[in-house]
Order: sequence, then C-alpha cells, then structure tokens
Amino acid sequence: MSDSVLQVHALSKRFGGFAALTSVSIAVSRGERLGIIGPNGSGKTTLINCICGALRSDAGAIRFEDTDITRLPPYRRTRLGLARSFQIPRPFPSMTVAGNVAVALEYAAHRELRRRLDIAAETLWMLARMGLGDKAETLASALTQVDLRKLELARALATRPRLLILDEVMAGLTASEVDEMLGMVLTVNESGVTVIMIEHIMRAIMRFSQRVLCLDAGQVIAEGSPQEVVEDANVQRVYLGG
Amino acid sequence: MPLDLLLEAILGGVLLGCFYAAVSIGLSVAFGLLDVPHIAHPAFVILGAYGAYVLAQNGLDPLLAGALLTPLFFLGGLAVYRFYHAVFERRGTDAGLRGLAFFFGVAFIFEVALILIFGVDQRMVEAAYIGKSVAFGEVRVPLRMLVAVAVAVLLTVVLTLYLSKTFIGRAIKAVAQDETALALMGADPVRVKQWAFGIATATCALAGALMIIVGPVEPGLGRLYIGRTFCVTVLAGLGSMPGTLVAGVILGVAESVVLTSLGSSWAPAVAFGILLLVLGVRPAGLFGR
Amino acid sequence: MREWRAYSFASAAILCAAIVAAGVVRNEYFFFAAYVVLQFIVLATAWNILGGYAGYVNFGSGAFFAVGAYTSVALFKAFAAPLPVLLVAAALVTGALGFAVGVLTLRLRGIFFSIATVAIAVICETVVMNWSFVGGSRGMAVLPPLPVAFASYNRLLFVVMTALALAAVASARYIQTSRIGRGLQAIRDSELAAEAVGVPTLKLKLAAASVSGALMGVAGAPFALYMSFIEPTSAFSLNYAVSALAMPIIGGTASWVGPVIGALLLGTTQQIVTVTISSELNVLVIGVLLVTFVVVAPHGILGLIRSRFVARGAR
Repeated sequence: MSDSVLQVHALSKRFGGFAALTSVSIAVSRGERLGIIGPNGSGKTTLINCICGALRSDAGAIRFEDTDITRLPPYRRTRLGLARSFQIPRPFPSMTVAGNVAVALEYAAHRELRRRLDIAAETLWMLARMGLGDKAETLASALTQVDLRKLELARALATRPRLLILDEVMAGLTASEVDEMLGMVLTVNESGVTVIMIEHIMRAIMRFSQRVLCLDAGQVIAEGSPQEVVEDANVQRVYLGG
Repeated sequence: MPLDLLLEAILGGVLLGCFYAAVSIGLSVAFGLLDVPHIAHPAFVILGAYGAYVLAQNGLDPLLAGALLTPLFFLGGLAVYRFYHAVFERRGTDAGLRGLAFFFGVAFIFEVALILIFGVDQRMVEAAYIGKSVAFGEVRVPLRMLVAVAVAVLLTVVLTLYLSKTFIGRAIKAVAQDETALALMGADPVRVKQWAFGIATATCALAGALMIIVGPVEPGLGRLYIGRTFCVTVLAGLGSMPGTLVAGVILGVAESVVLTSLGSSWAPAVAFGILLLVLGVRPAGLFGR
Repeated sequence: MREWRAYSFASAAILCAAIVAAGVVRNEYFFFAAYVVLQFIVLATAWNILGGYAGYVNFGSGAFFAVGAYTSVALFKAFAAPLPVLLVAAALVTGALGFAVGVLTLRLRGIFFSIATVAIAVICETVVMNWSFVGGSRGMAVLPPLPVAFASYNRLLFVVMTALALAAVASARYIQTSRIGRGLQAIRDSELAAEAVGVPTLKLKLAAASVSGALMGVAGAPFALYMSFIEPTSAFSLNYAVSALAMPIIGGTASWVGPVIGALLLGTTQQIVTVTISSELNVLVIGVLLVTFVVVAPHGILGLIRSRFVARGAR
C-alpha cells in the first residue's frame, strides 16, 4: 500500500463563466494533518465538494488510496473510507442524535457490523467519546451550535474513515469550544486517520497542521509548513492583510 | 409530409409558441428566479382567463379586461408569497414537499371552484380581432394569434428591461443569485422576492386574457399547461426572460409539427417529452445561468 | 418480534372478518363503499412510501392506478388470465413505470420528479385513449368470471382488496422499520448528508419509486372487473391523484399508520359527501382539507395525536 492517501491532479471546476478551481493539485500522505486556508470564495469548499463527489469536476483526476474515484458517486467514496463534515451542519433533524450516527454506521460501516445490537452499542460508545452521550435521545433539531458540530464530526467518524475532511468545523465556536474540538480532532488523527482541515481560525490551523495550503481564486498560491505559509508574501497579501 | 403543410405547421407553431411564452413568463420569474415550486401558476392563468371572460360578458374587450385585472393579480401575488414564505420557506426539512403539496392543493381548489361556478363547458369570448385573419402573401394568419405574439413580445421586452435597468429589477436578479449578499447590502430579500412574485402573478392576468382570446377555456386546462409552462421555463434556462420567448417558440413549433403529422391526441405529450429530454440531457436549459 | 406476531394476528383476524362479511352481509352498498376505502388504503400507503418516507411527491398516482387497471384488462381480454396473474402483471408493469420515471428524474430536484409524474399521467391517458384494444376513449365492458366462493364476484374482490390492503400496509411497515426506511428518512431530511454518510440515495429512491408504483398498480388491477366496465376518464380520475396525496398528508406521513387513518377518514367522508351532497363538492372538500393540513398541521393527524400525548406525558 502506498504512502499516499489522496492525490488530486489538475482539478478544475467552472460554474458557467466563473472558474472556481483552476488546475489544483494536492497530495496527502497517510496520517498527515493538512490545513487549508484562503479567503472566502477562494474555492475551498468547492475543492472539498469535488473530492467528496458532491460536485462533478470538469477536468482532472482524484485518487484515493490507489483507487480512481473521479467519477464515483459520493456514497461510494464514503464507503471506501473518505468522510467529510459540512460547513453548515446538515443533521437529520427528524432523527435523534443516536439515530443520526446509527444511519452512518448502518450504511458506511455496515459490512463490519452485522447485528443490530452492535450498532446500538457502537452508537452510544461513539457519542460518549464526543461528549454527546447524554444527548443520545435528543432530536437533532434541538441541538446547540457546538453540539451540532460535534454531531457532524461523530457522524463522519461513524463511517470509519481513513481520510477525514473537515470544512470549517470550528466556525462560530467560543475559544474553549475550539480547544475542545481541536483536542477531539487531534485524538482522531492519533488513531491513524488522515485529516484535512479547512479553517479560518488561524490559531487552530497553526496548532493542528503539519502542512498548510493556501488557496486563492481557485488556485494554490502557497504550500509548506504553517510558519512558512503564514510568512509567505502572497498569503499575507490576499488573506492575512499584510 | 408535404413541404407547404410543414411550413404552415411551423408558422402556426411560432405563433403558438409566442403565446406559450407569454403564459410561461410569470413562471420564469416565480420558479426560475425565486425558486418557488409554483405548480399552481397555470391555475392562476386560467383564473385570469375566467376573469377576463366575466368582464368580457359585461362588454369589455378581453385584452383590456386582462390589463385591468393585472393590478389585482399583482396584489394577490404579494399576498400569496407572503403567506408561502411565512409558512414554508422559513421552516425546515420537509418544507419542500409541503410547499409543493400546498400549490397543488391550491391549483386543485381553483379548478374545482371554477367547475362549481362555471361548469365544465368551454367558455369563449368575442372581440373585433377574433375570427378574422390577415393575409401575408399566400399565407393567412389568424389576427388573434398576432395579438398574442404582440403581447408576448411586449411582456418579454418589458420584463427583460425591467430586470436589467431598474433598481428593483436588478435586486430581483441579485436575490436569485445570492440572497445573503443582497441582505448585506441593506435590501430586504423577502420584500424583493415578494415584489417579484407579485409581478409574476400579474402576468397571469394578461396571459389569461390571451388564453381565452386564442381559444376556448375550460377549468381542466390548467393541468395541461403545467407541463407546457415548466417545459418552457426549464428549456429557457431558469430565469432567462428572452430565453422564455425562444423556448416557447421551440415548444410551439414542436407541438404544431406533431399535431400536423400525428394528430391531435399526441400533442399534449410533446411538452412533457421535451421537458424530460431537457432534464435528462441539459438541465441548465438554453440560456441557463 | 413480538410486535410482528401481534401484527400478523391482527391482519389474519381482519382477513377472516372480511371473508365472513362477504358471506353474511346483505347490503350491497357496504361492499362498494368498503372496496373503495380499501383501494384508497392501498393507494395512500403506496404513495407514502415514496412521498412520506423519501420526500418525493407523486402527482400522477391516477396514472399508476389506471395503468394497473388497463394492464389487467388487456391480459384479461387477451388470455382470460386468472386474477393472481392480473395482479402480478399489473404490479410488474407499474413497478417498471415507477422505475422508468425515477431513472429519468430522481437524479434531479424533487419538483422535476413531481412534474414528470404529471407528464406521465397525461401521456398514459393519451396512449390508452388511442388503444382500441382496450376500448379507447369510449371504454369497454368487462365481463367478470363466475365467482368461485362467494355470492358475487364483487364480494370476492372485496376480500381480495382486503388482503391487498393488509399486504400493502405490511410492506410499508416493513420498509419503515428497516434499514431501508432509515435510509429513506435520511434522504428526506438531507439528501446531501445522506449521500455523504454512505447512503446510496439514487438506488433507494429508485427502489421506493418502483415499490410505490407497483402497489398503486395492484390497487387498480381489479378495478375493471369490479366495475364491469372501464373507460379512461374514470380510471385516470384526478380524484385518485389528489386523494393518494391528501390522505397520507392528512393522516400523517411519518408512519404507515398515517395513510391508513387518512384513507379511512377521508374515504368514508367522501362516500358520505358524494351521496348526500355532490361529488364536485366532495372533491373540493379534499382539496381544502389538504391545503389546511399542509399549512396548519404538517405532521397530520398522527402528529396532532403525538403532540397531545407528549404534552400530557411531560407533566
């Protein structure tokens, strides 16, 4: 098995006349913590949507662990081990918190868990890890913002991913909530899951990432260690206001 | 099929298509720009047709009747959108399903109410320009169809200009593209959308008058036009006013050719066939954004 | 598992009661009214599998019903096929129809599926009107075979429809409580998120559309035999399309119980109103009730009952 978990090659996406992504290439190695930053509209979420299959790219290829996933529907990519959280949380409002996680277990992790009892126990265990244990029977529509984000994370993790992509999972959280979330994500990474984190909160990016990419206007304008990228002149100009 | 028959069919189709465009242009705004699942749009047009009929029975010219009803329909549209937004757009998950069911229910109520009031028989109006035809060389064109073409072109031009030149018009286009940005600029997206829906409903009064001018009307006609109006709106490309005219003509010609070659029983299926084709092959339509 | 056993006993009891009634009851109108209501139970339940569970609204239920009816008529006329064959054939044809419409439109937004169902209704009606083998627009008389066990063939069909209603409800209940049902619920709540957590949304939607279509066709299969006549206007009646939609919405779309409640309530109301007042007014009442419930009580009667209990339980 190669060391590369994700290879994005010359990915492009247009919306009518607007070029959201222009020939973006990324390589992510196993167990890596990659941070992606960039101003609003730079194409970060479009990139994630293309990688995960929610959008069809116009050109380029995506390889996940030696499999070409460029034309696969999203649910197949999830079953291969690629999970994501949404920028604006998308829970299943008519289900309980436990129900939300159970769907992910039943469909993505299904092959490993045959009996219903396993799913129920597994769900509770996952929720406890995320600090949502006491909210298991609460309807997802009644959750607070931070709990919604935890649920997004729990649901993504329930699919047993080997690559987890987080789209601004800390937006709108207080400082202590950010630290709590960061701790959870670091623990996830320590268990062997490769993590790509898109964030605006620089503190989180600096603490979390081993490598950082900066996107602007659909292209990668800087790549390197967090320190290198933050000090890059281009990044300063378009993003950090330097 | 002999060539002169085909040409006649095509010409008839162009005229018919302009009429279809006029009927559909309100939907291009309501569904194309505002994304409201307004499956009751044809029902409002039929309502306009019957309104014109009632006024015409009292001696008024049907086209004038349609024009007079326009402000009334505008106000009605404002109210309907206010209601729709309060009940459906704010709420969460299955609001889409319920919004659709709501409009279907409204269309259904309109149809049954019209049956109860007017019966199922066809209604027609009379006017100076109905029944006469004009000669262009060897070809005779019914005058009422020319009236339909004129109104359709007028509506298209007026709306296209309105949307691109006036402040409110551009706000409507903006709200269709990025509601948040519009809100950040200080305009109230809900008020803008409400205004747009009012305009869309107002066109139903004129389109309804056209409908009863072009041919007889009966309450069940609305359902047939669900397919036609959505076909035109989708083929046009959501939100394109000029596209609506082009798409209307395409549909008109297609229907007319089918009518001439295969007979009247297959004509209703044409609109739906085209719609399914467009959705399968190029969902963004001809001029879609 | 205990629930399933209780459920099976209840179903068997109902079926037995129906058989007994078919032998004992004198009032012919009872069978007509009961047949219509049972038919609506199947239609409403079928509609809800795609509409309530997955969130895709079918406006053309009448077409599926009528295609089922006409499929059975065609086979009956051509081969004098026995009733079970007619039922299965109707289910296969309308199931395939549901699948075909789904393949064309379920990749797109929900409203386009809905418009396609309006389209299918018009196209099917046009096809049938031009098909002289089944009587075209003038219709055709259908002579039912001699009844085997009961006093009249209609009594037999009443029992058959009871069995079909029980089977339809059992299918809906099975889907609802299974992994598939939870997948459909996820699709209804947030299709993007469902796809992202591994739910094969297109496959599930196609399955729901096929099952829904098949059940609607089965509801229509005995129609011509029951009426001894078939013609397009009544077979494709808008009443079926509206009722199939209104009954689950009024009863409650979240569970198999809702369509049953809706069909029982609305079906019997329809019979009363049609007989006492007028059939046009009956249809208007359905429309008004639909709109009222959609606006005021979105979770239907079932939702109203549940919130009443929750409020009490909270105290």
